Amino acid sequence: MAQNWLRKAGSVDAILKIENLRVEYKSREASHGIKVALRGLNLSIDSGEVFGFLGPNGAGKTTTMNVLLGFVPPTSGNAFIFGTSVRDPIARQRIGYLPELTYYYKFLSAEELLRFYAKIFRIPKRETEQRIDSVLKLVELEHARKRPIKTYSKGMQQRVGLAQALINNPDLLILDEPTSGLDPIGRMKVREIIQRLKQEGKTVFFSSHELGEVETVCDRVAIMNAGELRTEGRVADLVSRHQSTLEQIFLDIIEYKAAA
Amino acid sequence: MSHSTAINSLQPSPGADSQPGQCRTGWIGQVCTALVNSRAIGGLVIKELFRRKDFYALFVLTALITVILGSVNFFNEAHIVRYLKEICLFLIWASSLVIAITTTARQIPSERESRTIFPLIAKPVTRTHVVLGKFLGCWQASGLTLVVFYLFFGVVSGTREHHWPIGQYMQTITLHWFMLGVVIAMTLLGSIVFAAPSSNNTITFIVTVGILLVGRHLNKLALQFHEPAQSIIYSIYFALPHLELFDVRDLIIHDLGAIDVLVWLAALGYAAVYTALFLVATCLLFRRKAVN
Repeated sequence: MAQNWLRKAGSVDAILKIENLRVEYKSREASHGIKVALRGLNLSIDSGEVFGFLGPNGAGKTTTMNVLLGFVPPTSGNAFIFGTSVRDPIARQRIGYLPELTYYYKFLSAEELLRFYAKIFRIPKRETEQRIDSVLKLVELEHARKRPIKTYSKGMQQRVGLAQALINNPDLLILDEPTSGLDPIGRMKVREIIQRLKQEGKTVFFSSHELGEVETVCDRVAIMNAGELRTEGRVADLVSRHQSTLEQIFLDIIEYKAAA
Repeated sequence: MSHSTAINSLQPSPGADSQPGQCRTGWIGQVCTALVNSRAIGGLVIKELFRRKDFYALFVLTALITVILGSVNFFNEAHIVRYLKEICLFLIWASSLVIAITTTARQIPSERESRTIFPLIAKPVTRTHVVLGKFLGCWQASGLTLVVFYLFFGVVSGTREHHWPIGQYMQTITLHWFMLGVVIAMTLLGSIVFAAPSSNNTITFIVTVGILLVGRHLNKLALQFHEPAQSIIYSIYFALPHLELFDVRDLIIHDLGAIDVLVWLAALGYAAVYTALFLVATCLLFRRKAVN
């Protein structure tokens, strides 16, 4: 069924395609005029890949994700998810999104939150309950499913975020720094889940500052700086091409100069 | 259960609608999606309202005063009973306006402030769905509150007077509810225009009370001015929603009998038109506004 749908959408392999994407913001300070956040970004992510999106703060990673998720309209260019323009809300039917920080309705319990999102995806009631059970087991929150989210620790809130991102059984997961602010065990658990999802054939697009983590879980990476794509490729290829570690490659690409 | 087993059970069951967005296409599909999403978001608003403590404080206070005043009967004096009924109904009106305006004013700003809007519109949800959902939720919640308030009042008043004017009550409640629909839509528009919910609360409350108190006199006021002030005041008189038309408390207080059904329906239609106009303006503004 998913394959048929993909064919109808016009692309079997490229789950996510970004074409010449440019985003400009009006700066709040009049003297700064217009700020260019993305300058003609081109990117293509294939089905089943785990893709790491790297760059220093202000490189344009979050802006790219904001365009993909429909938060910000592109100034020019376009982006497609499953062959559908991201300007069309239906493009988001088969994606799961985990924000960097937990932004959920704190007065709801985990299962109420998941039920709410399941309603939006029009998942039938019986299936909703099955999926809630499954995702809560996956993120190990069964014991706290009826407690309000406001009583959760940061790690638990991040795991609720992962659960809501998975409730619609998405084919593409967009994760914005999924391990940010988590303790080592929390990070390990999130990494494990990403790897399991990869084994299940899901496509994962995630931004991170943790280069070791990226090296462990990603098939391909892209490194951004100042709104431009500086390099992209398989992690092993980049490492052998530059004869260096991913961290050193990253620092060279962003032209970081250590203080003498 | 292991991680892999849990993930396996996430796979869609045979025959399940794994791509629900595909099942309907065209404008029917869009309307259907808008309804489903708006209902889901509306349900959330109701849940939030009934989990807040301030709502219960206001509700208990109004209910208590209604019960006490409604049950008092001084020497079987009809004037005093009417006067007490008037106070009770005034309280119901004031409380319903406070609940409707304060609940609505914080909806969209709090979504933006707590950033819950991001995971929400990362789903197949448009900003129009968010506005419609917030409106539906606040309107339904106000309706539920009205039913409870009037039920209290009706039962207390009916048991004292042994008179049950159900028709008048139905018309009073529906007109009151539709009037709140206009106020809620106006407040939603305010929540996009004004940065802080507190300023929106204050301005909407002043505008609403202003319309209720002086709206009907603006045409007479216009006659006292020269041009262009006269035309401006007349324009305001014809453009603003005349909320005072929906204030039919006298039907219950003086037992005046039900309004003609056609007049009642026309009033509901009038409210629906203004509500729709405010909602369209809200959707258009919200679509142009950055969410972050």
